[in-house]
Amino acid sequence: MITTDSLTKRYGPSTVVDEVTLELARPGVTALIGPNGAGKSTLLSLVGRLADADGGAALVDGMDVATTRSRDLAKRMAILRQEHHLEARLSVRDLVGFGRFPHSRGRPGPEDEAVVADVLTRLSLDDLADRYLDELSGGQRQRAFIAMALAQDTEYLLLDEPLNNLDLAHAVAIMRLLRTAADELGKRVVVVLHDINFASRWSDEIVALADGRVVAQGPPAEVIRPEVLEDLYGVPVSVHEVDGHRVAVYYG
Amino acid sequence: MSADLAAPTPTRRRRRKKQDAGGARAAARRPGLITGVALTVAVLACAGFVLVDLPGAWEYALRLRLRTVAALVLVAVAVAVSTVLFQTVTANRILTPGLMGFDALYLLVQTAVVFFAGAGALGGAAGGGIAGSLLWLVEVGVMVVLITALSRWLLLGARRDLQIVVLVGVVVGTLLRSVTTILQRMLDPASFAVLQDSFFASFGTVEEDLLTISAVVVLATLAVLLAFRHVFDVLALGREAATSLGVDHRRAVLWVMVAVAVLVSVSTALVGPITFFGLLVANLAYVAVGHAHRWSIPAASAFAVITLVVGQWLLDRVFDFGTGLSIIIELGGGVLFLALLLGRARL
Repeated sequence: MITTDSLTKRYGPSTVVDEVTLELARPGVTALIGPNGAGKSTLLSLVGRLADADGGAALVDGMDVATTRSRDLAKRMAILRQEHHLEARLSVRDLVGFGRFPHSRGRPGPEDEAVVADVLTRLSLDDLADRYLDELSGGQRQRAFIAMALAQDTEYLLLDEPLNNLDLAHAVAIMRLLRTAADELGKRVVVVLHDINFASRWSDEIVALADGRVVAQGPPAEVIRPEVLEDLYGVPVSVHEVDGHRVAVYYG
Repeated sequence: MSADLAAPTPTRRRRRKKQDAGGARAAARRPGLITGVALTVAVLACAGFVLVDLPGAWEYALRLRLRTVAALVLVAVAVAVSTVLFQTVTANRILTPGLMGFDALYLLVQTAVVFFAGAGALGGAAGGGIAGSLLWLVEVGVMVVLITALSRWLLLGARRDLQIVVLVGVVVGTLLRSVTTILQRMLDPASFAVLQDSFFASFGTVEEDLLTISAVVVLATLAVLLAFRHVFDVLALGREAATSLGVDHRRAVLWVMVAVAVLVSVSTALVGPITFFGLLVANLAYVAVGHAHRWSIPAASAFAVITLVVGQWLLDRVFDFGTGLSIIIELGGGVLFLALLLGRARL
């Protein structure tokens, strides 16, 4: 379980995450939504110990991420951010192999190679496995990095806007993959999503943030409602039921 | 999750990229072989430098040449390894400790010692002996503290642009050199002469005591660093990915900077500042064997040894004009630096 207790982060005078107390107890896929600057990515970074909190604490299975050894956390939690700039020249297989580092400490055994091969197949990266990252399109590279996070084989998987750079088909494929990881492999996935309809369609729980605070939390049926979303984004939103899922229409 | 995941890439773009990468790609497939060959050539070059064409009074010549080769190898390894690691933790291929003014810092420390403690202190260092070695160790200690503080501020503070770090490095380097110059102006001529002598010790004339202690320090540092080669590979993925994989990024970077400070002190103490040499051999290694540190560290070292030893041999025995090797290497490295910078600007 991921919990935060009065978690706070400031950049200069502005408070980006404002005393967020949150409990993500539900297994499955949790989506963080909200307008730009709401603090979604920062909240994810704080939980993933990529940023230091200015106040409060984030706990993963009761372990404070600020004080627990990073290498111990790495076996429980993987976090993937948006920017993937690499100076080193790596093949896709090398990159995915790095996901095994917390387990292999750089000396991969047959078990690690099996996991890498499995992840490559799951993400349909077999054909690209020996290509270098700088030879790939943005979407392919995105998938390679997601594959690395999956290869880390952690219970918690934190992803910051994994659908960036992806076209419709690939975005759906990634969400379906996360769904599979949650349902079949028992992973707990926390994902920052821009597209609220992806959140509505694929997640078990949605946390809506605005101005660094949690304004709504619950299953899609509770959060994907016109009054919640209009309040959240400040634009008129209508919600329709299509094929058993709630779809928000907000194009004005 | 089926075949529809494989995104269609515009063929034209793929082909162009492939051509660009062609040569490096073929080479990087066999990094072990290339590293092995480079190391063998490096050893052969050293042996050749020492043994080929020994004059009649061979005992004296042998001793002199061994000393020169030892200095060349130590400097080569120190510069190559410090550059590769520095570039790994700063996630770039252009910045080097030399460019960041780390060696200027060493010169300042050295000048400050003469300024405040008198030329006698440095004379002791140059003359060798226990006092000299101790003084040198103190200087290295000061370097480690200053560089760690500098990198804390520059590399680990607010996230900074590479361009800004380069700019700050150049400015800090200039500042350090100016302060050094001011202190030197205020020295009496005799002290200044001793100091000057210690700066421009060339590859041919290095004190034996300094050599011994440098060798111990470099070997010890190298042994520790090679044990952490896998961690460096992870560090090269950047702060966020490394953290996710369980590497304490801040601590790792600080330790690497300590090692870099030690190695820069060794090479600067032995032969004075060399700015672009590290850039040259590190990038050569990346092209030849890729970025995995188990190959890039030995390969860059081997390339550095080959460059220095063969260069020195050519200068000594073919062109017959003693010193000046660093000038030629700096020319090559400087051209590469400009090429890399321009290449990046185009991207």
